[in-house]
Amino acid sequence: MNHLMLIPLLPLVGFLINGLIGSRLPRWLVSVIACGLPAAAFALTIGAFTLLRTTGTPIAETLFTWVGAADIKVDVALYFDQVSAVMCLVVTGVGTLIHIYSAGYMSHDKSFARYFAYLNLFLFFMLTLVLGKNLIMLFAGWEGVGLASYLLIGFWFEDREKTNAGLKAFVVNRVGDTGFVLAAFLIFYFTKTLDFQGINGYFAATQPSLLIMNTIGILLLFGACGKSAQIPLHVWLPDAMAGPTPVSALIHAATMVTAGVYLLSRMSGVFLHAPLAMDVVAWGGALTAFVGATMGITQYNIKKVLAYSTMSQIGYMFMACGLGAFDAGMFHLYTHALFKACLFLGAGAIIHALHGEEDMRKMGGLWRKIPLTFGTFLFASLALSGVPPFAGFFSKDEILWNAWSAPNGSPAIWAIGWIAAGMTAFYMTRAIIMTFFGESNVPEKVEAGIHEAPFSMASVLVILAALSLVGGFIGTRFTGFLSPVLGHPVAEGAAAGGMEHILMGASVAIAACGILLGCFLYLGKRTLVEKIRDAVGPIYRLVSNGYYFDAFYYKVVVRCVDWVSESVLAKVTETTFNFVAIELPSGGINMVSRLFSSLQTGNVQAYVLYVLLGLALILWWGVAHA
Amino acid sequence: MDRYQFLVALAGLIFTLGLLGVVIRRNLLVVMMCLEIMLNAVVLSFVTTAVRTQSIPGVAMTFFIYVAASCEVALAMAIMVILVRRRHSLDVGTFQDLKG
Repeated sequence: MNHLMLIPLLPLVGFLINGLIGSRLPRWLVSVIACGLPAAAFALTIGAFTLLRTTGTPIAETLFTWVGAADIKVDVALYFDQVSAVMCLVVTGVGTLIHIYSAGYMSHDKSFARYFAYLNLFLFFMLTLVLGKNLIMLFAGWEGVGLASYLLIGFWFEDREKTNAGLKAFVVNRVGDTGFVLAAFLIFYFTKTLDFQGINGYFAATQPSLLIMNTIGILLLFGACGKSAQIPLHVWLPDAMAGPTPVSALIHAATMVTAGVYLLSRMSGVFLHAPLAMDVVAWGGALTAFVGATMGITQYNIKKVLAYSTMSQIGYMFMACGLGAFDAGMFHLYTHALFKACLFLGAGAIIHALHGEEDMRKMGGLWRKIPLTFGTFLFASLALSGVPPFAGFFSKDEILWNAWSAPNGSPAIWAIGWIAAGMTAFYMTRAIIMTFFGESNVPEKVEAGIHEAPFSMASVLVILAALSLVGGFIGTRFTGFLSPVLGHPVAEGAAAGGMEHILMGASVAIAACGILLGCFLYLGKRTLVEKIRDAVGPIYRLVSNGYYFDAFYYKVVVRCVDWVSESVLAKVTETTFNFVAIELPSGGINMVSRLFSSLQTGNVQAYVLYVLLGLALILWWGVAHA
Repeated sequence: MDRYQFLVALAGLIFTLGLLGVVIRRNLLVVMMCLEIMLNAVVLSFVTTAVRTQSIPGVAMTFFIYVAASCEVALAMAIMVILVRRRHSLDVGTFQDLKG
C-alpha cells in the first residue's frame, strides 16, 4: 500500500508545475494539470476508502522520521482511518469540483496559473492536515492551509483592502494557534507522544486530572475557534470573502474552516474526559450558531450572508462535538461541504453574470435570466434550511436530537439551535428573494450582459445541487462507518423514539416558518421590513455591525498593541538600544581609531623609531623568555 | 679586551651612530648615508666573527650584503631625485603626506 502518500503529493506536483512554469504554459494545459491531479488524488482516495470499508482496518504509512531527539520521535506518517477518509473524500471530491469550476470562473484573470498553483498548494496542505498521523503533521498542514488561505484571500493584491483582509485572517489564526500549540505541549508533557492513537489511548487509560484535561480541551478549542471562525475569533471570516468566490467555496466554506471540527473529532479521546471543556464547546458552538445566523439576516452582500451562515453552521458542528456526538458533527461537516460549496459557487455564478456585483440590493428578478443557477441555488438553500428530504435536514436534525438527548444536552441548548435553524431558513429565503425575485435593480448596461454560467461552472453546480439533494440519505450508514473511531453516544432507550419524531417535526416546522416569514416580508413591497428595522433600530445596528467585535478588537487590542509598540517599545529602543548597540560601540571605535591615527605622524623618522621600539621589545621578550 | 671584542664593540658603536643619524638628521642625503653606515657596521661584525671562527659563510654574507646595498642605493637615489624635483627640498619634514 504505497499510494497513500500520493494523495497529498499529487496536488503538490500541480503546485510546483503551475507555480514554477505555469505562466509560460497555455491556459488549457494549466487547467488540465490543476484539475487533473486533484481528480487523480480523489480517485486514489476512493481506492483507499473502498479498501478501508472492506477490511475495516485503518491504513498507516510511515515515510521517514522527521524529528528524532532523545524522547521525541516525530514521523512523517500518514494515517487513513474512518474520520480521515470522510475528510479526505470531501477535500479531494469537492476540491476537484471547485477546481473545474474555477477554470471557468477565473478564465479572464491574468494570474491564471498563480491562482491554480495556490489552490493546489492548499489541497496539499489540507490533505496533510487530514492524513497526518500525529499532531505535528496536523499542525504543519494546519499552518499550511492558513498560508494558502492568506495567499488566496489577498489574491488580487493590487487592492489594499484585500491584502489587509488576508493579513487579518492570518493574524487572527495565529492567535488561535497559540492555544493549539500550548495544548500540544501539555499533551506531550503528559503522554510523551504526539501520535493520535497514542494520545487517545493514553487518556483512555489514565487521566492526569480533571483540571488538566479541561485545560487541554479548552486550549484545543481555542485553536479550533481560530481556524473555524467561532466566537470570539470569527472576525476574519467575513473579510475573507475578499478572495475569489471559488476560494470562498473551497477554503472558507467546505474544507479549511471545518478543520477545527476535524481537530475536535481527532482529539475526542481528550474531550471525552474533559466535561467542562465539552460544555464550553457545546455552548460556544450554540452561541456561534445563533449569533452567526442573526448577523446573516442583516447583510446585503451575498457572499457575506453565506460567510455568516458558514460560521453559524460550523457552530452547529462544534455544538455536536461538545455534546459528544462527534459523528453527527462530521455528518453535518460532510453535508455542509456539499450544499455550502454549491451556494458559494452559485453566488459566484451570479457575481460572474453581473460582472462583479455582490450587493443583493442591486440584483433581483434574476431567475428568468439564469434559471440553472437559480435552480441549483434553490436546492442548496433548501438543504441549508433543513427542509426534508435535502441533505441538511438529516444532519441538522441529528445534531438537534443530540442537543436534546445527549447526557450534557438540555432543552435550552436545543432551543438555541432550533431558533438558529429558523433564522437560517429565513435569511436564505431573504437572499433568494432579493437576488432572484421581485423587480430587477440591475443597472441597464449590466442587465444586457447577464448570461448563464459556462459549461465548466454549470456542470459543477448541477453535480453539487444533486448531491445536496441525495447526500443526506446515507445518514445511518455514515455514523455506522465512523463508529469504530468516534463511538456513538448511547441513545436513551426506546422511550426516546417518540420524542425524536416530535423534535424532527419541530425542526421542519421552524424551517417552514422561517421560509414563510421570509416570503411574507420580502415578496412584494418590503415596507414592513423597513418598519421593523426602524422599530428595533439599536438592535439592528448592533447586529449589522457584527456585534461590534471588529470595533472592539480595533479599539482595545490593536490600539493597545500600537500604543505599547509606539510609546513604550519605540522609546526604549531609541534610548537604551541605540545607546548600547550603536552609540557606545561607535564611540569606542572612534576613540581608539583617533588614538592610533595620532601615531601616524607622516614623519618617516618617527616610523623608524616605532620599528626600533618594536625590535627592542621583541629582543627583550626573547631574552627574558629564553 | 682582545681584538675581536674591540671589533664587535666598534661595530655596535657604528651601528648606533648610524641609527641615531637615521632617526635624528633632517637631510635626506645624510639619512641615506647613515643607513649605509649601519649596513657597514653589520658587515664588520660578520667579518669579525668569520675571522674568529675561521669560517666561510660570514665572509660570503659580506658579498651578499654589498650586492643588496648597492641595489638599494641605486633605487633610493632614483627615488630621491624624483622627490627632490617635486618639493625642491632635501628636508625629511617636507614629506609628511601619510600623516593620519
